[in-house]
Amino acid sequence: MTDTTINDASVDTAQVVVSSRGYWATVARRVRRDPVTLFFGAVVLLIILSAVFAPLLAPADPYKASMILRLKPLGTEGHLLGTDETGRDMLSRLLYGGRLSLFMGIMPVLYALVIGGALGIIAGFVGGATNMAIMRTMDVFYAFPSVLLAIAISGALGAGIGNAVLSLTLVFIPPLARVAESVTTQVRKLDYVEAARASGAGSLTIIRVHVLANVLGSIFIYATSLISVSIILASGLSFLGLGVKPPEPEWGLMLNTLRQAIYVNPTIAALPGVAIFITSLSFNLLSDGLRSAMDVRI
Amino acid sequence: MTDTTATSTERPPVLLQVDDLKKHFPIFGGALNRQVGAVQAVDGVSFEVRRGETLGIVGESGCGKSTTAKLLMHLIEPDAGAISVGGEEVRRGRRGLREMRRRMQMVFQDSYASLNPRLTIEDTIAFGPKVHGVPVKVAKQRARDFLAKVGLDPNSFIRRYPHELSGGQRQRVNIARALALEPDIVILDEAVSALDKSVEAQVLNLLMDLKRDFDLTYLFISHDLNVVHYVSDRVLVMYLGKVVEVGPVEMLYTASQHPYTRALLSAMPAMDPDKRATEPPLAGDPPNPINPPPGCRFHTRCVHAEEVCKLKEPFLTRVAGEGHFSACHMAIEGSGHSQAPQRVAA
Repeated sequence: MTDTTINDASVDTAQVVVSSRGYWATVARRVRRDPVTLFFGAVVLLIILSAVFAPLLAPADPYKASMILRLKPLGTEGHLLGTDETGRDMLSRLLYGGRLSLFMGIMPVLYALVIGGALGIIAGFVGGATNMAIMRTMDVFYAFPSVLLAIAISGALGAGIGNAVLSLTLVFIPPLARVAESVTTQVRKLDYVEAARASGAGSLTIIRVHVLANVLGSIFIYATSLISVSIILASGLSFLGLGVKPPEPEWGLMLNTLRQAIYVNPTIAALPGVAIFITSLSFNLLSDGLRSAMDVRI
Repeated sequence: MTDTTATSTERPPVLLQVDDLKKHFPIFGGALNRQVGAVQAVDGVSFEVRRGETLGIVGESGCGKSTTAKLLMHLIEPDAGAISVGGEEVRRGRRGLREMRRRMQMVFQDSYASLNPRLTIEDTIAFGPKVHGVPVKVAKQRARDFLAKVGLDPNSFIRRYPHELSGGQRQRVNIARALALEPDIVILDEAVSALDKSVEAQVLNLLMDLKRDFDLTYLFISHDLNVVHYVSDRVLVMYLGKVVEVGPVEMLYTASQHPYTRALLSAMPAMDPDKRATEPPLAGDPPNPINPPPGCRFHTRCVHAEEVCKLKEPFLTRVAGEGHFSACHMAIEGSGHSQAPQRVAA
């Protein structure tokens, strides 16, 4: 009994403020308890780190060809993952290739997240004719399959990394705008937005304080799931010669140039495909895990 | 206005004046998406609220109570009509609205939906003052102060999130949020309707205390006639977007003049079995506000309806008591209704 009274007194004097777990803390806790998401999150992190530190990790020069060492199998002395059709070290090329592939996978989604997200939030928040104008314009892009659209835009603009990123950004803006618009429309109708307006707040303040926090989660999750699509599409563009140009190492392009070697050394020819597969799968499962962790009704 | 200045010596000044407020929501349809009709949600509502009084607004669902509240806050733009707060007409445009919104605040019915789930209680309450340029520190202190005023310990609530609070606690937070702007008028739109009876009573008493402490004026919107009777000084009855009767609470509850008010009151559950309703309760739903009946809007359900009710729309007319008005042909002298008072001169 004495113990409790002492505790109570100290609580009173110290004025301890009861603090509780916010939304993001709850999400983080749920992720920590989900081994699958943690594992694929670690894989994604590993892939990103290996791409960033490729110059330090790569055992050989990814551009250095050798006529003697062409298409060596896995485990060759000095070339752990063998060599490609011009005798370049596969491991080094895969590590360096990750840089371009990830860049082309992430950047378009990032740009589209900013542009499409902003368009969608504006459309959803303002509603009416503005919504009509923005969303119907987005719908035009939906008329074309995404792969075809990316190829068409890239083809029209010409090959090159910049053009590939631009075309992929254009492909991803409509779906992100659509997701942003639908969640914003839901949030806008809630009483707390009305209450904020009744407080005298302007639209920008309301969007910043009340809409963004409740909308960004869903948009962000959707964007993460688009990264895997973007990596595959970017590789596809490079495969078709519309993205990265040789001799730059890029997984899609490597897949293309190794195509002829598939009967000679199928394992080597499959390696870039395996890299694309693992990366996009990891991004996909990570975003899936995040989605379920963020689906907390609090 | 001349009338108010003449009587202001004995009665407090008019704080909120509403003149001929109208809102028709257009309905689009047909092949070309043209306007095919309009929901006449609020159709020519006028009233005034004096400083320090509580005006109760009652009516069935869909009669335009909540729309009126949102129109007053300019959450919906009115089609027509003027609103004056403290003798000044609310100007359109950002600055006028901001000033009006500092003087008039609103508490919503759904205590959960009206709190942002991602903000702590402190941020929620401090948001309004911050918007109005109060320094962050002062706004946060104000959040603590008002939380204490609504009966919640600041230390244990200030950093919590809405989902950790009970319905009654959340509604107290909503009240604190509204009061944090130090308004003159608070619109309570079904603010206690969603609460348990015991919690409802606590929150009602809190509201009464706050009104006294902060010299507030309330607009109390509810469908619960008992609660309205308890809190209001005057009561306004709405039917299909129109005011049908308005008067001091006791007068209206004991000597209501409009058949609709009488029907509403008779539908009130009585505690005493001997005082059971004798007048037949209302049958059916209110007519569609898209196509309101001509003449008196209540004539389709009124037991006293006569030919004149279908042809002419009754206007609010002063009846027996002081400040008691009714929009019924039976109260209008020489309206042509058989139960209307006869002209004395004839």
